[in-house]
Amino acid sequence: MKRFINYRPTHAATLILAAIPFALAIGAYELASIFRHIDNPNDKLLPSFTALGDAIVRMGFTPDTRTGELLLWVDTLASLRRLALGLLAATALALGLGVTTGLIPYIRAGLSPVIAIISMIPPMAVLPILFITFGLGELSKVVLITLGVAPFMIRDLSLRAGEIPQELLVKAQTLGASTWQIVLRIVLPLIVPRLLDSIRLSLGPAWLFLISAEAIAATDGLGFRIFLMRRYLAMDVILPYVAWITLLAFAMDAALRKTSRGLFPWTALPA
Amino acid sequence: MTASGALTVQNVWMEYPGQMVLERINLSLEPGAFCALVGASGCGKTTFLRMLLSIERPTKGSILLDGKPLPAEPHADRGVVFQRYAVFPHLRVLENVALGLHFAASPLTARLFGARRRAAAEQAEAMLESVGLLAARDKYPAQLSGGMQQRLALAQALILKPRLLLLDEPFGALDPGTKSSMHALLKDLWRERGMTVVMVTHDLSEAFSLATRVVAFDRVRLDPQAPTAYGATISFDIKVHRPQKSS
Repeated sequence: MKRFINYRPTHAATLILAAIPFALAIGAYELASIFRHIDNPNDKLLPSFTALGDAIVRMGFTPDTRTGELLLWVDTLASLRRLALGLLAATALALGLGVTTGLIPYIRAGLSPVIAIISMIPPMAVLPILFITFGLGELSKVVLITLGVAPFMIRDLSLRAGEIPQELLVKAQTLGASTWQIVLRIVLPLIVPRLLDSIRLSLGPAWLFLISAEAIAATDGLGFRIFLMRRYLAMDVILPYVAWITLLAFAMDAALRKTSRGLFPWTALPA
Repeated sequence: MTASGALTVQNVWMEYPGQMVLERINLSLEPGAFCALVGASGCGKTTFLRMLLSIERPTKGSILLDGKPLPAEPHADRGVVFQRYAVFPHLRVLENVALGLHFAASPLTARLFGARRRAAAEQAEAMLESVGLLAARDKYPAQLSGGMQQRLALAQALILKPRLLLLDEPFGALDPGTKSSMHALLKDLWRERGMTVVMVTHDLSEAFSLATRVVAFDRVRLDPQAPTAYGATISFDIKVHRPQKSS
């Protein structure tokens, strides 16, 4: 009899084990939905899977009666655009400020304290300021996402740049490299895989800020739609939207992970 | 090669706050010497090497390379091979070796293109051949054994023809068989190229089998009440007769 820690599931068992929680959750939902509909055929709280399917067809594949648009795709496009712009700006900031504060003592001395303080500002607390300053349009939402995730990414990258072994930086200098050349050929290539990790970790907060901003002031977007539908207790729309957002976030995470492995094969090698 | 790589260390002291590390270090190496620094752990061998690299500055005294004070920062005139993090993990073997050539010829992009890139690659290949790594030219360092990584580090450091080659326990993590083949390689490279070598090691037999000069650091003055009051200094300085030209 081996110790429990030494038993390993086979590949098939791993897949089955992973599927069990999903199957249980779906089964439990279906049961609860059936029981609620026995009590009240018009129950809106736990719509049946047929009702959910109808809502998906209505939102995703039937032109809206008022605007003639496919709302799910309009919302998805609007949200992804905001998310991409916000993350792009945060990434640029993180690369610029993270690498320089991590590598160059004078810039670290000047900027690290102010970045540390800014990162403590709760982004949602300044959302009214953003709305006042940048208006209710796209810019304030993008700025909220950037403000929400950039400080973490800057500090993360700064730490990673600071963790590059001193030996490598000295070695580069003995090969005649200037500061700029060290940044270009040593620090950036070593840091970019970490940057992709940093973006992956920031996806959760980025979605949080996106949906918050859309809930408060927007005319389209996934978050806007969910909060709009709340007024009608339209769980048949809200639940598929939440599932869709989860799927999008999961896909982005997987894509970033794959990109990292594909672009930087050396990171996957055992050290 | 003209006479270059003469190292002169004049009355160098190194003091950290509350602790004297090195004191009264005087050492003079003629061009092409192979000096092994030996001594117990914590006796300041590595600190001394860091001063030769200009990562640290002596508190007192001066270090001259070919009669001129060392620059205030590491520079291509002094190559180095560390025990750990000796090569760049994100570059393939050939790129690691060619890197110095790219730095020298391309200030802005640190990359060469076209014919100049091919010329650099050829030079790097010749260097790789001399350390027996040509077959591994397209691998990443993590795919190499420890000994091969140190060969790569040597090739990378030597391609810019430094006057002074500094080695910080470069073979300390290698198994005995690999170590002795590395010794043979290093001896050949040193004889061919004639640069001055300073190697930190804690392996006495390594020191005596390679070096023309074995220098031991030790704390000769010791105050039992204040063990850090005096630093280490050179306690032995032994010349080993070794023909410089290969027979």
